[in-house]
Amino acid sequence: MAIGVKVMRRPEREVSYIRATLKGMALTFKHMFQPRVTMQYPEARSTEEWHIATRWRGTHRMMTDAEGRSKCVACGLCPQICPANCIKLVPGEDEAGNRYPLIYEIDEFRCVFCGYCQEVCPEEAIHVGVHYENAEYSRDRFVYDLERLSAQTHPVSTLWDPADPKGE
Amino acid sequence: MTPEIKGFLILAIIKVVVVFTVLLVGVALLTLMERKLAGWMQNRPGPNRVGPFGILQPAADGIKNFIKEETRPVAANGTIFVLAPAMSFIPAVMLIAVIPLAAPMRVDFDWNLPLIGHAAYHGLMAMSVADLPMGFLFILAFSSLGVYGVALAGWSSNSKYSLLGGLRASAQMISYEVAMGLSLIPVLLLTGNVSFSEIIAKQQAGLWFIGPLFISFFVFLISGFAETNRLPFDLPEAESELVAGYHSEYSAMKFSLFMIGEYSHIVVIAAMVATLFFGGWDIPFTRWDEQGGVLQAIATFLAFFVKMFFWIFFVMWIRWTLPRFRYDQLMTLGWKVLLPLALGYIMVTAGAIQGLEAAGVTGVRNVAFALAGMNLVLGWLLFYVLDRGRVMRGVSRRAPLPVARTEGVG
Repeated sequence: MAIGVKVMRRPEREVSYIRATLKGMALTFKHMFQPRVTMQYPEARSTEEWHIATRWRGTHRMMTDAEGRSKCVACGLCPQICPANCIKLVPGEDEAGNRYPLIYEIDEFRCVFCGYCQEVCPEEAIHVGVHYENAEYSRDRFVYDLERLSAQTHPVSTLWDPADPKGE
Repeated sequence: MTPEIKGFLILAIIKVVVVFTVLLVGVALLTLMERKLAGWMQNRPGPNRVGPFGILQPAADGIKNFIKEETRPVAANGTIFVLAPAMSFIPAVMLIAVIPLAAPMRVDFDWNLPLIGHAAYHGLMAMSVADLPMGFLFILAFSSLGVYGVALAGWSSNSKYSLLGGLRASAQMISYEVAMGLSLIPVLLLTGNVSFSEIIAKQQAGLWFIGPLFISFFVFLISGFAETNRLPFDLPEAESELVAGYHSEYSAMKFSLFMIGEYSHIVVIAAMVATLFFGGWDIPFTRWDEQGGVLQAIATFLAFFVKMFFWIFFVMWIRWTLPRFRYDQLMTLGWKVLLPLALGYIMVTAGAIQGLEAAGVTGVRNVAFALAGMNLVLGWLLFYVLDRGRVMRGVSRRAPLPVARTEGVG
């Protein structure tokens, strides 16, 4: 059995046009006086009924430690797993042997927002964020460098939790 | 020039300026009303960004359309392409000229004006731009002229969608023009005149024609919808099939002209329904409105406006309720239902008037009530028949196809 196909039993006789029309008109008239459901977007970003999901995967954010340095250790896992190949990472190492990214760039245009980078990151450094307002005046502004990624302040995605599949 | 002619001309110019300015501004506001109503019927607020409650939205649309780039297809037929919007716009706007907007007002002045000289006017002034004795025929003649604009727009664009839209528009408007014209013959039978003031006077003396001529009203309303090219009869545009039909290739103000034409058409159809079947500017149950003062003119204009506004609302209401007709359904409705109905109704009305005369029922009021009684029965019968689907058959009844059970296939 493939997809269940619903068979509509259309009336064969006694088809009503007048009554159906009047019914439809009554319905639309009734709707004129019902409360509006539109959220006035730029003023209201969320309402009681609607708020953005915590699992939302939007533009990235790099977490920083207490001294303001990025948590990234340039292990190379995120460019490795990235299906869109949008992360550019050039690792570096300081005198103490701490690895850090020399260059860390994410091309948000290529990104498919799968969230694998966040899942794979051992240091919980790179995250996808709960954020969706990304208008810019030029295309090159969409390649986020390390500085810009660290400067983001929006909340980060909780991703999908296998133990809590419905996100409750 | 005698002072009387000068006075008449001054009044005429004032009326032209006032009526057409109000009409064009009103049409702009109607676009807002349409969008607001559409919003409300879909539980949305409608446009509310430009000005308080979106009241400046038409102005924004207008400015946008003025400064937009005019595009023209390379293969378009230049002259006709430019003329077509005007050809659909002008007849639609001109129609409002003959409709009496209020009770005739007594005007008395005798002025010596600079440049113009001695101008005078004494007597009742008809509150329509042109109180034509054949106003009614003027409407019928001009409302069908709009189809030239639409058909030529479709033709000259040299695009297949536009052409199809134009073809459909011509076919549809020609079909419904017949039913529309015939549906109005009973009005003439009952009035015995084609002037709007006579028609209104007759309704004041007897009943509003919605009673005695209900089926005429029904046919006229439906064919009026078809004449405006709006849902449920918007096959000439049919955006899901023809992009935008006859005005696919138009941009900027040319496109706007089509829109203004369409909305003016709505105004005129609403005004005609109000005038022909709802007593025009008549305020019911009183004879006070016929005295010809300024106050009466204002009050009767308000009465007319309320009636007209209701029918404008009704047109929009229908638009956001009903889906589009299929093309064969449209033609079936026009030729197989409305046309015979209108023709038959002419016979019935003529017979009834003749019969009432023979039976000795005289007086406008008595005749009107007798006809209203007959229409009650006829209307009920018509709706009973229509409601049972005996007139317009669904496709399922027409061709007994073998029952194909799709359940569980594959």
